[in-house]
Amino acid sequence: MISIKGLRKKFGPLTVLDDIDLDIPSGQATGIVGPNGSGKTTAIKALLGLVKPNAGDILIDGESIKGQWDYRKKIGYMPQIARYPENMTVSELFEFIKNIRETGETNKDELISYFGLEPELEKRMRTLSGGNRQKVGAVLAMMFDPEILIFDEPTAGLDPHASVQFKNMVHREKEKGKTVLLTTHIMSEIEELADYLIFIVEGQIRYHGPMKELIEKQQEQRLEGAVAKMMAEVAA
Amino acid sequence: MKTLTILKYQWKDLFRGKWIIGYGLIYLLMSDAMIRFAGTGPKAMISIANIMLLLIPLVGVIYGALYLYQSREFTELLLAQPLDRNTLFWGLFGGLALPLAFAFTAGILIPMIYTGMVLSAKFQSLALLVILGNVLTLLFTGLGFWMGLKFFENRIKGLGYALVSWLFLAVIYDGLVLLAVFMLGDYPIEEPMLAMTMLNPIDLARITVLLEFDISALMGYTGAVFNRFFGSVIGIGVATACLGLWLGIPLWSGKRLFNKKDF
Repeated sequence: MISIKGLRKKFGPLTVLDDIDLDIPSGQATGIVGPNGSGKTTAIKALLGLVKPNAGDILIDGESIKGQWDYRKKIGYMPQIARYPENMTVSELFEFIKNIRETGETNKDELISYFGLEPELEKRMRTLSGGNRQKVGAVLAMMFDPEILIFDEPTAGLDPHASVQFKNMVHREKEKGKTVLLTTHIMSEIEELADYLIFIVEGQIRYHGPMKELIEKQQEQRLEGAVAKMMAEVAA
Repeated sequence: MKTLTILKYQWKDLFRGKWIIGYGLIYLLMSDAMIRFAGTGPKAMISIANIMLLLIPLVGVIYGALYLYQSREFTELLLAQPLDRNTLFWGLFGGLALPLAFAFTAGILIPMIYTGMVLSAKFQSLALLVILGNVLTLLFTGLGFWMGLKFFENRIKGLGYALVSWLFLAVIYDGLVLLAVFMLGDYPIEEPMLAMTMLNPIDLARITVLLEFDISALMGYTGAVFNRFFGSVIGIGVATACLGLWLGIPLWSGKRLFNKKDF
């Protein structure tokens, strides 16, 4: 269970997160949607401790993450823009993160072959294509079998084949009882993967709850229509 | 343990970049040339010291700032892992400052070893030279780190300030001191000058070299004042404390900035 309490973050005069209260249930997939610049990535970065909030707190399994770092053992994170040390080869990168985490990876080889990364293993990170970097990011997020998986726009750079593969993998992880948190602009993806929906606009939560309820409430067939309606309501 | 893992990776990465080898080679060639020209006596050591006093601060402060910008991806990757920010900070700093210090030490010592200078030269002078070089490397890399963190989003500004601070401490500061001496020469200004020297780590190192090689006599009465002060226990204590502050404050402040930073 991840609880966010009164979270507030400002970058200079700009309020990016404005008093956010959230409970993200365990063992479920939660999708975060919102327009560009609405604070989705900042919220995720605050959860990871990459961004230090101005006020509020985040609790993971009842424990505050303030000043803590050990809790990140439970988290696998795949960033939006995957940037890795340019001179490292792919296998060196895996080995290095393994040493930092001080835990044995459980399903690295399986993930590598699943995403077809074997021919890339000895290549330097800077020579990898954008899609392959994303795949490396996905392997890094999942190879330690963490309880919480966070994906920030995971399929943005993937080809349709890899994208489907990735989604199947997320399904499998979800069925294993993992807590999945993902942001995306592709509504069909959320529909496929998520049970819960969080809708953020300008740093404030506009909707938080089961996805089905939102679709019913907005009297729409598809999530895309429901979210578009909600965005129009906010703008009005 | 984790710091070691980070250090190991950075060593590999730095040597792969070959830049650090070039840096060591500069000292090697310089040391070799000076020994050839000036023999194995103290003259060669003074020449080496003079070049070292300019080059180490320049490379330390510029590369310290640049390195933080270059390893931004690395930092972001590691911050999402179960890793303490302090560990990461010391890992990053050690990963740059230690190889730089190593390249310097190896660069100046190798020619001294094959010319037999290590045996013939006064041990105290040689040790002083190596220690000063290492302290200056750590000190200016720390200063560069601080600049890089202070202006993390603006590389041009960070590198600009790094360059200007080097120029100020290595060149302009001396000019100002000289100007003060020239204008206030009729007054007893030896003690204020002593204080001014203390405020600049490069000057402090330079004075130490001058005193060690006993060329302070060239500085006349001022030299005598310095000699008396730095020769005393209090003088050595104050000078060490000043260098310690110059080493400690940028690193302490840099670590604070790093701990509070949003990535």
